[in-house]
Amino acid sequence: MKKTIITVVGKDGVGIIAKICTYLANNNINIEDISQTITGGFFNMMMITDMNKTSKPFGDISDELAQIGEEIGVVIKCQREEIFDSMHRI
Amino acid sequence: MINLNEVSETNEMIEKENLDVRTITMGISLLDCIDSDLEKVKKNIYDKIYKYAKDLVKTGKDIEKEFGIPIVNKRISVTPIALIGAAACKTPSDFSELAIVLDEVAKAVGVNFIGGFSALVSKGMTPADEMLIKSIPEALSKTDRVCSSINLGSTKTGINMDAVKLMGEIIKETAEYTREKDSLGCAKLVVFCNAPDDNPFMAGAFHGVTEADCIINVGVSGPGVVKTALEKVRGKDFEILCETIKKTAFKVTRVGQLVAKEASDRLGVPFGIVDLSLAPTPAIGDSVADILCEIGLEYAGAPGTTAALALLNDQVKKGGVMASSYVGGLSGAFIPVSEDQGMINAVEAGALTLEKLEAMTCVCSVGLDMIAIPGDTKATTISGIIADELAIGMVNQKTTAVRIIPVIGKTVGDNVEFGGLLGHAPIMPVNKFSCDDFINRGGRIPAPIHSFKN
Repeated sequence: MKKTIITVVGKDGVGIIAKICTYLANNNINIEDISQTITGGFFNMMMITDMNKTSKPFGDISDELAQIGEEIGVVIKCQREEIFDSMHRI
Repeated sequence: MINLNEVSETNEMIEKENLDVRTITMGISLLDCIDSDLEKVKKNIYDKIYKYAKDLVKTGKDIEKEFGIPIVNKRISVTPIALIGAAACKTPSDFSELAIVLDEVAKAVGVNFIGGFSALVSKGMTPADEMLIKSIPEALSKTDRVCSSINLGSTKTGINMDAVKLMGEIIKETAEYTREKDSLGCAKLVVFCNAPDDNPFMAGAFHGVTEADCIINVGVSGPGVVKTALEKVRGKDFEILCETIKKTAFKVTRVGQLVAKEASDRLGVPFGIVDLSLAPTPAIGDSVADILCEIGLEYAGAPGTTAALALLNDQVKKGGVMASSYVGGLSGAFIPVSEDQGMINAVEAGALTLEKLEAMTCVCSVGLDMIAIPGDTKATTISGIIADELAIGMVNQKTTAVRIIPVIGKTVGDNVEFGGLLGHAPIMPVNKFSCDDFINRGGRIPAPIHSFKN
């Protein structure tokens, strides 16, 4: 099934993951994998998620996550996995 | 599974290095719109384009949002209008009316350009071809989004010098008609040798008669991505340089292929081709000239430029071909002057001349592109420049083109501002010696010997 990659980039702080995960749980979006690094106070996270069970359109989720990002001072992007697959896998 | 580094690399390309899909162009055949009644043709054209393209812009925007990749332009190309209007148009003004219909429907569906106000006259002109060509100055001055292209020669047919002569005059006239906008009309007018049927890029896009009823072609971009990749291999030898370009071109093209397939699925229209072009914009960091500098030149135009461009163009193709199932269009590096800040800098520094640009077009995909010249340049001189450029295409079995703007009222030392993606440019000097007797001979230049392959 189609996966969605959520990336979070910005200054590290308390509760970033909590806030995003709460939103995803409320919208019935399953997280399949998380990886993150923090370099020089800079937070960089990627989640692989399954959005097949959510009732909201992709565009709304993308906008709402971006909005949450603005509130907590990070940039949240929501992209379908295929763009990364096509670029990095033959 | 995809990892964090790969995701970050892709997103950095998009956010910091101007990676985008330059255009999704929907090619639409208008052959079934032909009628002998002009009003019926106009209605047929409007209705067919509207029906096929009404969701194009929205689909493009949806794809942008879901994949997080900008798709800068959504455009339409149509069957050369000289064919479509031939039965109905009795005067050049009739053809202008068709241009106005194209402009109206382009605005209605929200695309920023529509190409195909075109005639294919590489061997000879029909009366309709000639009328369409004569209508160009009026058509381009009365429309905003219509682009016109004329194929004046090919390796198989030679060069139609009567049409070359006429186009020199038409380019001047188009400049006059749009003089209050810095002769902007000429930025929407291009002449070709060996014009491809499936080019998604403006101003030269048209939907060839060899094409299906409707098709999706995509043009990729990414000069900034190549430039950034090359920054990491400064001082390394040509093998490493070429491998780096190739790998980067592969990644860029894969995005184009993905977007093309996705647009094709969503619109229910077959996928045509991906055009593997490095297409610059006036934005900082989106320049082909900057890549040439990164390869090791002080400015584009310095000795070594043609060689650097040749290897760049070749590696882009080698990387891109494997990334896409169907490659076509122009496919190569674009070297427009006004649309590339690095090229503008090179002209202003005195590093880049018209003659060097001509040499560069021998090894890359397009031709003399978006070059502003003095407004008092003679029509025959423009025809001479066109003939030279077309000869390069004819003999080398490749596409070449000329999009040149004689800016009325301006001369060397002045600047011209076209705005937006068309950029700005310093007026470049033109060789002042006459070619009147050459252009006035009339007739055609025969096809070269190596075109006889049967």
